[in-house]
Amino acid sequence: MSTPSAATTSRWRALTHHHLFWPVAVLVALLLVNVPFTPDFFSIKMTDGHLYGSLVSIVLFGSPLILVAVGMTLVIATGGIDLSVGAVVAITGALTCSYISDQADQNALSAVFLAMGVGLVAAVVCGLWNGFLVARMGIQPIIATLIIMVAGRGVAQLITDGQIITINSEPYKLIGGGYWLTLPFSIFVVAVVVAVTVALTRRTALGLLVESVGGNAEASRLVGIRSRRIMIMVYVFCAVCAGIAGLMISSNTSAADGNNAGLWIELDAILAVVIGGTSLLGGRFSIGGTVIGALVIQTLTTTIYTIGVPTQTNLVFKAVVVIVVCLLQSPKFRAKVFGAKFGPKSGAASGGSAAAEPAKTVTTAEAAPKMEVS
Amino acid sequence: MAEPRPVLEMTGIVKEFPGVRALSGVDFRLFPGEIHALMGENGAGKSTLIKVLTGVYSLDGGTITLDGTSVRFASPLQAQQAGINTVYQEVNLCPNLSVAENIFIGREPTRFGRIQWKRMRKEAAELVDRLGLDIDVTAPLSAYPLAVQQLVAIVRSVSTGDGEGQGTKVLVLDEPTSSLDRDEVLELFRLMRRLKDDGVAILFVSHFLDQIYEICDRMTVLRNGTLVGEHMVSDLDQVGLIQLMIGKELDKLEELHEHQLRADVGETLLHAEGLGRTGGIAPFDLEIKKGEVVGLAGLLGSGRTELARLLFGADQPDSGKVTVGGKQVPMNAPNDAIGVGVAFCSENRKAEGLVPDLTVRENIILALQAARGWTRPIPAAQRDELVAKYIKALDIRPANPEARVGQLSGGNQQKVLLARWLITQPKLLILDEPTRGIDIGAKAEIQKLVVSLSEDGMSVLYIAAELEEVLRLSHTIGVLRDRKLVARLTNGPEITTSRILETIASGEHQ
Ligand SMILES: Nc1ncnc2c1ncn2[C@@H]1O[C@H](COP(=O)(O)OP(=O)(O)OP(=O)(O)O)[C@@H](O)[C@H]1O
Ligand SMILES: [Mg+2]
Repeated sequence: MSTPSAATTSRWRALTHHHLFWPVAVLVALLLVNVPFTPDFFSIKMTDGHLYGSLVSIVLFGSPLILVAVGMTLVIATGGIDLSVGAVVAITGALTCSYISDQADQNALSAVFLAMGVGLVAAVVCGLWNGFLVARMGIQPIIATLIIMVAGRGVAQLITDGQIITINSEPYKLIGGGYWLTLPFSIFVVAVVVAVTVALTRRTALGLLVESVGGNAEASRLVGIRSRRIMIMVYVFCAVCAGIAGLMISSNTSAADGNNAGLWIELDAILAVVIGGTSLLGGRFSIGGTVIGALVIQTLTTTIYTIGVPTQTNLVFKAVVVIVVCLLQSPKFRAKVFGAKFGPKSGAASGGSAAAEPAKTVTTAEAAPKMEVS
Repeated sequence: MAEPRPVLEMTGIVKEFPGVRALSGVDFRLFPGEIHALMGENGAGKSTLIKVLTGVYSLDGGTITLDGTSVRFASPLQAQQAGINTVYQEVNLCPNLSVAENIFIGREPTRFGRIQWKRMRKEAAELVDRLGLDIDVTAPLSAYPLAVQQLVAIVRSVSTGDGEGQGTKVLVLDEPTSSLDRDEVLELFRLMRRLKDDGVAILFVSHFLDQIYEICDRMTVLRNGTLVGEHMVSDLDQVGLIQLMIGKELDKLEELHEHQLRADVGETLLHAEGLGRTGGIAPFDLEIKKGEVVGLAGLLGSGRTELARLLFGADQPDSGKVTVGGKQVPMNAPNDAIGVGVAFCSENRKAEGLVPDLTVRENIILALQAARGWTRPIPAAQRDELVAKYIKALDIRPANPEARVGQLSGGNQQKVLLARWLITQPKLLILDEPTRGIDIGAKAEIQKLVVSLSEDGMSVLYIAAELEEVLRLSHTIGVLRDRKLVARLTNGPEITTSRILETIASGEHQ
């Protein structure tokens, strides 16, 4: 059976089975939904040497989420979860801004760098603490990171004295609100972080070891992987990503809001990771998938505004879309609805290998209603 | 003999996985009151046929008839409700639940909607007792070795809530004996005969040909996913059977018999003194020389695996010390052991061995990579060469380094685990049931491999349930009983399996 149609079918099959197919398809569909409401949705204009357009805004406003989600991906790949990222965003922003606001010259480069350093060191400390609790003390990640999730916001408010600190620093403004080579600067930050993450995990053996720890912790111990060290590294990395996101958010608004900065971003990030195809059970992860997952969520947020969903039904609308995305990703569901062509990859009707799928759906369904539109 | 109607008939069964045709048009039938062996090499399609039958996998072609009506199960639960009870190849229970809960999970005895815990425990204890097992049913399953877990899975499958075998038409046992000792196998056979007399049809898979000839009435042979033939066991001898399975004659086993163990072993490599762990194994002394194969013999629960785990730092010892190459080393974690060249191939490949989501290649290089640390990945060219070499040497099928390990057949998974440690070229290789689930041809290959590794100067600690296997390969045999190392026998013409059995029974000290 080597007729052209058979060849196309098999190519189509290979395409639909690519791990990024469904996330990309959903992203494209969501983007297209906007066109009837905003006919120039895809157009990008050059004004004052800056590129403007909906696509640029989506990436710009989605930058912090992408950063947080990329860090979260590695944590989830080890079989863990980090609920504290939102608090870390707030702490980093608060420390950095309060340091800058104390300076006589807020535009001094050295002061700004030092301020960012202080903020990021705080993020590292948070990551070390999470890693210590999870890897050394053996506390469940969801509980261990809950501590900073709750306490961290308090700390951020202590730093800002319960106020919103505003600053006026041109160099600091660049990170989250400035432009470089016609594009928002934060896009470059994201590109660098993503590139570094991919290099760090795929050019070295870190990715393999992380997937191994997440895929079978006991086997990994017996094979001599220093899992504790890897877990601590991963939690620190995740916190640093959240810290950079914190810098970006506070820079964008030139203000630190201990109460609201990065609020609920952990849920969006977890969602982005799941949409990107990384199982919450740990093991295989995909950074590319996560980036697309984060873009899907940001596009969704944008879409809600452009098509004018009433504010009250915002969250419900978001939840519905998320559920659809998750269902589309479940091989079992596709097999039921679309037939065998899109069916399960391995042919498992209900065996153990399908176990990862229900887990995805459950968690996201829970996470969705709580999400804030950022 | 007028044949009765088969209780189960599968015709033209086809199952395809991406890139693999696991079953192409297989016919299979099962009569009430018979024990039917499903035979074939690793990867022949035995487990797949079973999973297609019980609804784990969906069917790509063919029909299944149970009791005259055409059926197609969407899930293992449906199959079970229709009277097909199955023990899958990989033990599939909940390690953190108690033995009793595992036996009754999903069908706990209830009254007024509440679980009757007492009754459940009592019934579980009775069932376990009937298999001749002496275990505490309230302890978590993970407290027991793999062999006991396998037995619990069997107990679960033959008890259907209200009594043994009630409502069971077909019992499917996929390699239930792979980690059992002789005594448990006999108990299992007794149970199988009892069920057979009650008219239950039993499908039995095992790579131990002696067991097949002892218990089975009929057999179906598969090769590469196709049906080779169906025969009465009495009509086909072992040589003929092997020929059917592998498609050519097997003379590897004979070769091995002529193969002499290297007589001279080197100086002491590892010396354990007073090493022990409460609840695991009593303090023992053990010396392993360079190039020496030390076999461990003992019954189920005698502490063989526990001893091996202490030597690898998989469990922390309470007492004693280990010297390797004359230097004392702490053995508190696997890393310590790996650092001095000790490797450990666990008997429990699913829980303690493989990472199912990773590829064959990734699983094979994992130990080597872990030793190098994350900053120094193995260069791609070198990695691919190594992996290709071991896939070929161990004949891992499919020979595709990109295949997910979870999708390999049981025997091939075992080979991947072996490859992982061979690639690290350890000084001492601890093999706990390395031939578990491996077919007869590959088993001979692996035993030959052990001999040649020893010739090259690698020391091996070898654990196997089959005494013949231990006897054939070892220079020295450590005998364990009741979690104590009771004797150390130097292999020689006067050492026989019965001599070892005597030592086990009497528990005499050297
Ligand atoms: N889920 C799966 N996805 C892809 N291929 C699979 C899957 N399960 C089994 N296979 C392939 O199907 C073939 C038959 O495998 P099966 O497990 O039935 O072998 P087996 O006869 O039980 O072997 P063993 O004696 O080693 O247990 C093998 O080539 C295996 O790699
Ligand atoms: Mg099998």
